[in-house]
Amino acid sequence: MLDSLLSLGGLVLLRDSVEWEGRSLLKALVKKSALCGEQVHILGCEVSEEEFREGFDSDINNRLVYHDFFRDPLNWSKTEEALPGGPLGALRAICKRTDPGPITIALDSLSWLLLHLPCTTLCQALHAVSHQDSCPGDSSPVGKVSVLGLLHEELHGPGPVGALTSLAQTEVTLGGTKGQASAHILCRRPRQRPTDQTQWFSILPDFSLDLQEGPSVESQPYSNPHIPPVDPTTHLTFNLHLSKKEREAKDSLILPFQFSSEK
Amino acid sequence: MFVELNNLLNTTPDRAEQGKLTLLCDAKTDGSFLVHHFLSFYLKANCKVCFVALFQSFSHYNIVGQKLGVNLTVARERGQLVFLEGLKSAVDVFFQTQEEPHPLQFLREANAGNLKPLFEFVREALKPVDSGEARWTYPVLLVDDLSVLLSLGMGAVAALDFIHYCRATVCWELKGNMVILVHDSGDVEDEENDILLNGVSHQSHLILRAEGLATGFCRDVHGQLRILWRRPSQPTAQRDQSLTYQYKIQDRSVSFFAKGMSPAVL
Repeated sequence: MLDSLLSLGGLVLLRDSVEWEGRSLLKALVKKSALCGEQVHILGCEVSEEEFREGFDSDINNRLVYHDFFRDPLNWSKTEEALPGGPLGALRAICKRTDPGPITIALDSLSWLLLHLPCTTLCQALHAVSHQDSCPGDSSPVGKVSVLGLLHEELHGPGPVGALTSLAQTEVTLGGTKGQASAHILCRRPRQRPTDQTQWFSILPDFSLDLQEGPSVESQPYSNPHIPPVDPTTHLTFNLHLSKKEREAKDSLILPFQFSSEK
Repeated sequence: MFVELNNLLNTTPDRAEQGKLTLLCDAKTDGSFLVHHFLSFYLKANCKVCFVALFQSFSHYNIVGQKLGVNLTVARERGQLVFLEGLKSAVDVFFQTQEEPHPLQFLREANAGNLKPLFEFVREALKPVDSGEARWTYPVLLVDDLSVLLSLGMGAVAALDFIHYCRATVCWELKGNMVILVHDSGDVEDEENDILLNGVSHQSHLILRAEGLATGFCRDVHGQLRILWRRPSQPTAQRDQSLTYQYKIQDRSVSFFAKGMSPAVL
């Protein structure tokens, strides 16, 4: 399921943490989109363009359009080079495109945007972008838009994170154990029950996804229906059953704390 | 610098990686020995060092530096070290003329603004000088410590923006390094400090976390150090991302050992 995340379109939230970073997975998904022939736009706020493009070969890099908000995001250098409208302006400009093909927009990172923009503005922009292909009244057919947002979980409170998860079609939470990374994928398809799955994976040096079996099998919370239940009273060295006489004696026994006419 | 720590980090002054941000953080203990280590490390590596020292005075760092084999006074005089003594210059803000923006200008402002003047001070201090020969290897920014800015009224996002701009200039443009100390107060109500610590953590390539022992003070083991490597340039399938050692601070060195293997208990 991890390798087909982008086929659904909409907003895919990649939730990472300090210990399990998500940029490698973001780059792996970006590479997958580029290999499918989609145009990929990166809103780069956290790392430089060189660092983001590192590890991709030239035909992938030719399909990536990097919008640089790393060098001078707040326009402190007061030069004319700053992109007008900021990151949201760039996002809207990408969506006003005339090319009908499918596109993927990678937000690196959503956390940076959430720290610098009001949550409501950001959510409205994301809603407008990720639901663009289902917008009625638009005569020109617009291709599928997938938005990949990298979110650093520890930086935000439950309110903004909750708002973003409600907007997302797919939520991937990164974790792992013993040096092996896992992705817990929660998928909300329209008119269907949400599905969730945990996938163990690793990212190869060329940013391909390598799906793996997990580490040692964890204990199941419920019993396995294929194994018949074992009777625990077999092979006992003492007798658990009572004979008829013993049962009668037991039933007629008066216990010390019971009141009776004889005491 | 502490040779044992260099061994753990697999680095020496003449072959350190460039373009990296190292986060030092301490919880329930004093992690300043790490600051002194990196200050002497980079001075010995012949780097141009800009030290934004908000926590202690110049003479304090100088006294400890001399135990570790570096002389900060000499380094400052020959232009290798640019030292912003926060404790002293905070007072200068009130006696300086208005035309010159002071690095700690935000102390005068009613509303917590941004740290652009401090960033411009750092950029000016570390910009390459147009002389014939290159005197210094690469620039390094050291901050001790970032949590002080929160106490002085800056917001966590403003402090993160300052680190972002420094990273863009020092690490990316000038291919230098940064070492930042942030305290982990452990206080569940200090949300601003948590945002600052986690925000810098996500930007870091290496995190050194000094923690007090859970069992309390011990004469022979002063704490434990967690080393976490992040953001490798090439993703690797499975590697030891995190190591933990215990340590004991002595007069001129720090000794490290595996957990439970202190010489005092063996």
